[in-house]
Amino acid sequence: MILGTLSKITGPVVVADGMIGIKMYDVVRVGAAGLMGEVIRLEGTHATIQVYEDTSGLKVGEPVESTEGPLKLELGPGLLSSIYDGIQRPLPVIASQTGSDFIARGTTVSALDHEKLWEYTPVIEVGQELVEGDVVGTVPESPTVLHKVMVPPGIKGKVTNVIAPGSYTVDAVVAVLDGDKEIRMSQWWPVRQGRPYARKLDPTTPFLTGMRILDTFFPIALGGNAIIPGGFGTGKTVTQQSLAKWADVDIIVYVGCGERGNEMTEVLKEFPELEDPRTGSKLMDRTVLVANTSNMPVAAREASIYTGVTLAEFYRDMGYNVAMMADSTSRWGEALREVSGRLEEMPGEEGYPAYLATRLAAFYERSGRCASLGAEERVGSVTMVGAVSPPGGDMSEPMTQNSLRVTGAFWALDTSLAHRRHFPAISWTKSYTLFLGQVRPWFEEEVAQDWADVRERAMFLLQKETELQEIVQLVGPDALPETEKIILEVARMLREDFLQQFAFDAVDAYCPPKKAYWLLRSILAFYDAATQAMSRGVSLRQIMQLPMREEIATLKTTDHERAITRMQEMVAQISDEIAGIEVM
Amino acid sequence: MTPEATLGQSLLSVEYQTVSYVTGPLVFVENVHDVSYNEMVAIIMPDGGERSGQVLEVSGDMAVIQVFEGTQGIDIDTTRIRFLEEVAKVDVSPDLLGRILAGTGKPIDGGAPIIPEKRLDITGSPINPYCREQPADFIETGISAIDGLNTLVRGQKLPIFSGSGLPANDLAAQIIRQARVNSGEEFAIVFGAMGITHREAAYFMQQFESTGALERVVFFMNLADDPTVERLLTPKVALTVAEYLAFEKDMQVLVVLSDMTNYCEALREVSTAREEVPGRRGYPGYMYTDLSTIYERAGRIKGRKGSVTQLPILTMPDDDITHPIPDLTGYITEGQIVLSRHLHRRGVYPPIDVLPCLSRLMNLGIGEGKTREDHRAVANQLYAAYAQGRDLRRLVAIVGEEALSDTDRRYLHFADDFEKHIIGQGNAGRSIEDTLRVAWELMSELPMGELKRVRDFIDKYHPTAGENATAKA
Repeated sequence: MILGTLSKITGPVVVADGMIGIKMYDVVRVGAAGLMGEVIRLEGTHATIQVYEDTSGLKVGEPVESTEGPLKLELGPGLLSSIYDGIQRPLPVIASQTGSDFIARGTTVSALDHEKLWEYTPVIEVGQELVEGDVVGTVPESPTVLHKVMVPPGIKGKVTNVIAPGSYTVDAVVAVLDGDKEIRMSQWWPVRQGRPYARKLDPTTPFLTGMRILDTFFPIALGGNAIIPGGFGTGKTVTQQSLAKWADVDIIVYVGCGERGNEMTEVLKEFPELEDPRTGSKLMDRTVLVANTSNMPVAAREASIYTGVTLAEFYRDMGYNVAMMADSTSRWGEALREVSGRLEEMPGEEGYPAYLATRLAAFYERSGRCASLGAEERVGSVTMVGAVSPPGGDMSEPMTQNSLRVTGAFWALDTSLAHRRHFPAISWTKSYTLFLGQVRPWFEEEVAQDWADVRERAMFLLQKETELQEIVQLVGPDALPETEKIILEVARMLREDFLQQFAFDAVDAYCPPKKAYWLLRSILAFYDAATQAMSRGVSLRQIMQLPMREEIATLKTTDHERAITRMQEMVAQISDEIAGIEVM
Repeated sequence: MTPEATLGQSLLSVEYQTVSYVTGPLVFVENVHDVSYNEMVAIIMPDGGERSGQVLEVSGDMAVIQVFEGTQGIDIDTTRIRFLEEVAKVDVSPDLLGRILAGTGKPIDGGAPIIPEKRLDITGSPINPYCREQPADFIETGISAIDGLNTLVRGQKLPIFSGSGLPANDLAAQIIRQARVNSGEEFAIVFGAMGITHREAAYFMQQFESTGALERVVFFMNLADDPTVERLLTPKVALTVAEYLAFEKDMQVLVVLSDMTNYCEALREVSTAREEVPGRRGYPGYMYTDLSTIYERAGRIKGRKGSVTQLPILTMPDDDITHPIPDLTGYITEGQIVLSRHLHRRGVYPPIDVLPCLSRLMNLGIGEGKTREDHRAVANQLYAAYAQGRDLRRLVAIVGEEALSDTDRRYLHFADDFEKHIIGQGNAGRSIEDTLRVAWELMSELPMGELKRVRDFIDKYHPTAGENATAKA
């Protein structure tokens, strides 16, 4: 056992002497209170430690004890519907164990319930050769998720013993390989190390969110990653929560990293009540929450996103599609900066450490669509969506810029849209996605052959509107020719009837890609017919009075199937109807 | 100087005479033993006077101490340091209501000493997110722009962004005077003044005394010429008292902190003295974390009746909302109330510019049973109409009022009346019913067809809807 003594304390960073043989990133217990910390610098026998808990009251000379291993998570059945802090301590258990509504220091609680019995069914037989990643048995973890107990990485051999089907705790040895390698229902994995996989696959299936602007204009793939930057009040958290509710994935890992306590309360209150639209069971049954609010210790905040991604990878290895939401990565960057400052490291841009870009890249690269280890491959994915809170809404700051270099999509939130109460306030001029080429075949196959063309035409009209608006601001709308005025009108329809989406409307909260496509088709068909009619001399006013225009506006809140049928009819009839208008 | 510790008068604690270095508010003491981080210390001055301080860093046998009352007069040879073996604490008791205390929690109103019921650590612990209760009840501030449009909810933290020269203090005093909870539960105000001037302090005192509000206020006062470092304690002391009143005495507590800008300046001053790596504009990199440990102490807890609501006031340097202080605050708090210089110049009081304002928790605290069923709809309608009026003002500047349609002209006048009557209510308080009544009167200036967002409530609340109906009949 490595035992040292405290020699220096400055805020969350402390130094211990006599730590012979300690390794970088090993977890230590600091002081008599046993506060948890992690070694972040070694200098001879001095170890610099970031402490995950408040260090008030610590004294020089108190003992520091190594746990001889890095920060690890306990992975097994029972993770789903749990609420953890940044270092995987379940918050409800902390509350019941300490009997306090506040988080006391030095609390040790295990991540999984070691008493709960799980219905275990083995899927292997004695004599079978197993390799790392092979499934040895299954546990119904929630009404919708079948937990697969896997051979941990680094272990293989011939099965010599298999437990009978029945109820066991997570500590149960469910199989033995080669007579001495025990496989338990739960396993441990260090958070800072990505879980291994056989190989990465090309992400080709879209990550459907039910938000029209994202699914149609800026889609990402399952296994992709995106960032949502925006100043305060632009709706980052609402967007993230809405993704968590509606995204078409099997498992959600939601990391509240340095954000508001009351916001986490909202998630905690809503998710157990909300129904999963895909399976009908509760949303919480497929969700793991990691909540490290802004006033909780900063070092644990730094660890929280690694905790989140490790949980996500674990379910990916079972062959599930997992989405991880990190709200907000800027708070993680700030935690990094704070600790770096305490270490007196040479600061880079805006005080952030020079290794910020490396850390960010390493983090986002843990997303991806992967073939799992094991003789029988399973395909799973981790999709990451990170919120970024740029100071003063200025996107040129290091967190946004460094994240942009490693992520595949930029969903920019716009303050002026938010002020105009245009929600979701995602800017269609600033946002982009790099996944279009990869997911386009899927949309052409599943939605419509001309999906990409329709999307492009709509984008073009919105782009054109931006240019025309500049002219309008200078000379007024009357100076535009009729052909351009109609573009302004159609772009307005695109904005109001397509891009704006009511997160609180029962129907409109989730829009399937097919409906989104037909909405665009109808608006464009209206535009085509209108331009044709105007070339005959029909006035813009006559066209805008068509009842069809009013009807399009109501379609987004109309039942999906009915709306799609109606829109298909409309597209077929629209040119006849407009052709019927007489020139006045 | 001999680096040996000398035993002081008290047998319980050790006094050190080993000060080796003094800079800014910091004192470095050598050869200390058994000193803990954040421990409180007493500094015995060469002239026998006593000051207090706190351990900022312990390294081997050296401790760095920040002195609350300033380092003037401290010398290397004769100054003695006594470690008090406890972290910063404050005495709390229900008798604190109606008292005036220094930023450190000591009474300065000349009244009887406080008999403490408890002594609490001022740092507090973070509320376990799992134990939080979602805010759900309305607090009436008596200010229409807040109650009507950006409602304050119990357990919320809603800052006021002011600018220098804007009447933030008057607004704060008015809110303290008028604020109440509708349910008739016990309501208290904790006011933490940081770095305010004597003139401002006198203003607040006079306001509270003349209106009788003082009896439900705990007033912590750190003046501009009080030591900077003491300012760092003030909000923590105030919030510790607030948490005690709320979670142990079941009170609904509103904490007003003014001015957070002074607090952040103090934070920067100490950080610089410690030679820390500066972040944006010289503020320390941990300012976000530090501010969050203040603001996040608002909230409600499952199974407890009380609540802590925060109304911090800060001055935006040069009216710049992207300055680190308002920016970081905005990222932590649940919305913001923004004062406008433009409205102030036009003589509107309180000069609240509602467009950039936001109360994230408003929807939780309004509606039937809490305020009134039409509250949300009215707020939306007012926002929409006022925004349109403001847009038109810009247009009028280019094309002139004659070019507007009749409806547009009505919107233009609506925006003026809105600023005059809804926002510019003056010094009188308004109940939420009054606010909504004035709102309906104003809305009735607009054509009925334009009131799309309040359509469902027109029959019930529109002042002239009934008359029209009778006229038609």
